[in-house]
Amino acid sequence: MLGQIAYALPFLAEGFALTLWVSLLVVVLSLIAGVVLGVGLVYGPAPLRWAVRIFSDTIRGIPILVLIFFVYYGLPAVGVHLQSFWAAVLALTLFKIAQVVEYLRGAVASIPKGQSEAAMAIGLTFRQRLTYVIFPQAFRRFLPPWINGVTDAVKGSALVSLLGITDLMQAINQVIGRTYEAMPLYILGALLYFAVNYALSLASRRLEQRFAFIRE
Amino acid sequence: MGYTLNFNLIWRHFDKLWGGLLLSLELAVISIAIGIIIGLVLAVWYVSAGRVVRGIIASYVEFIRNVPLILLVYLVFYGLPTVIDLAYSAQTSFVATLAVYSGAYLVEVFRSGLEAVPRGQLDAGKAIGLTPWQRLVHVRLPTMMRITLPALSNTFISLFKDTSVASVISVPELTYGAQWINFNTFRIVEVYLVVTAMYLVTGYALLFALRLVERWYRTAR
Repeated sequence: MLGQIAYALPFLAEGFALTLWVSLLVVVLSLIAGVVLGVGLVYGPAPLRWAVRIFSDTIRGIPILVLIFFVYYGLPAVGVHLQSFWAAVLALTLFKIAQVVEYLRGAVASIPKGQSEAAMAIGLTFRQRLTYVIFPQAFRRFLPPWINGVTDAVKGSALVSLLGITDLMQAINQVIGRTYEAMPLYILGALLYFAVNYALSLASRRLEQRFAFIRE
Repeated sequence: MGYTLNFNLIWRHFDKLWGGLLLSLELAVISIAIGIIIGLVLAVWYVSAGRVVRGIIASYVEFIRNVPLILLVYLVFYGLPTVIDLAYSAQTSFVATLAVYSGAYLVEVFRSGLEAVPRGQLDAGKAIGLTPWQRLVHVRLPTMMRITLPALSNTFISLFKDTSVASVISVPELTYGAQWINFNTFRIVEVYLVVTAMYLVTGYALLFALRLVERWYRTAR
């Protein structure tokens, strides 16, 4: 049994690497797009605010699995052909963007209005107000839920196995298909996911402590 | 884009989606009911237990929270029967998984709720001569319930969405119904539009109803 699993280890490692790669792409892309749309939601003109609000509430209201199938099977139906890897990344990223938008909105909303008014009073432009007054303070409130969301991205990436992408989850299922050693392999997989996510949550606790202080 | 929407085939097979939606709700309700029991018992135990028990409960919580649900679903359905001599249906298997999964999240919810009960209330309970059991049932749990109800509603709604993962072991809930129609009629865009609307309407209706319950519970006393 152990021999068979040892034989499969390089294959599992490839799947593990793919899981990390998908998660990283999703986290980075959603952070960029989410912050842009989040600023749009808070400061943008009404039509943009409504569009982002509808996007975010719709995405957060459906299961991520439905979104993945919608993107993966739906796009080719309307003539857009993406590799399954990129379809999966796109779906997971859309899901994550909606969350990032909400974290950003919450963080900015938590900054007292007086801060913004004071910045306006001393003649800072909109961009200066964001960079020097709002964002440095909002960052501290944004960070803890965002890092929690990173572990969600790693967990959510396991769903790409359903599109035939050989991530860790799919690699485990394939090795089980060959060896019939279901239990040891599922436990191995669980421990690998656990290791990544637990490390992330420990890191987030440290970061939270680092940024816990509020300058009054 | 030469795609023409045609919903006829969706309506012809709508029983698959409607039945699926009802099953999704049923799975979520049964799972959270069991999850609440697991969460309550472990949370009450946790706040009064020693280091070892706390460590064990915390490990359960951390383990479940850091592993993908789909892996747990596979593990219970395909893995567990290879080591224990037990046969169960996919549906039972999924409910058990989701119950254990939600239990882990609810331990945290209830634990922080218990710790948020003001000290003075417990002292007051002691002062009028309530036994520890009476203090738990009449003072701590009702106050905790009021504090945790919003978090409980949110957990329920996210569990309702998590039932979609049951489709991977062919439990015929809503997402499974969607896939069936997807593969058998190829009205792909239509079916996912309808299913998205069904999840949204149900989810927001649940949210609205639960907020009403919360408000009623807050003012009822």
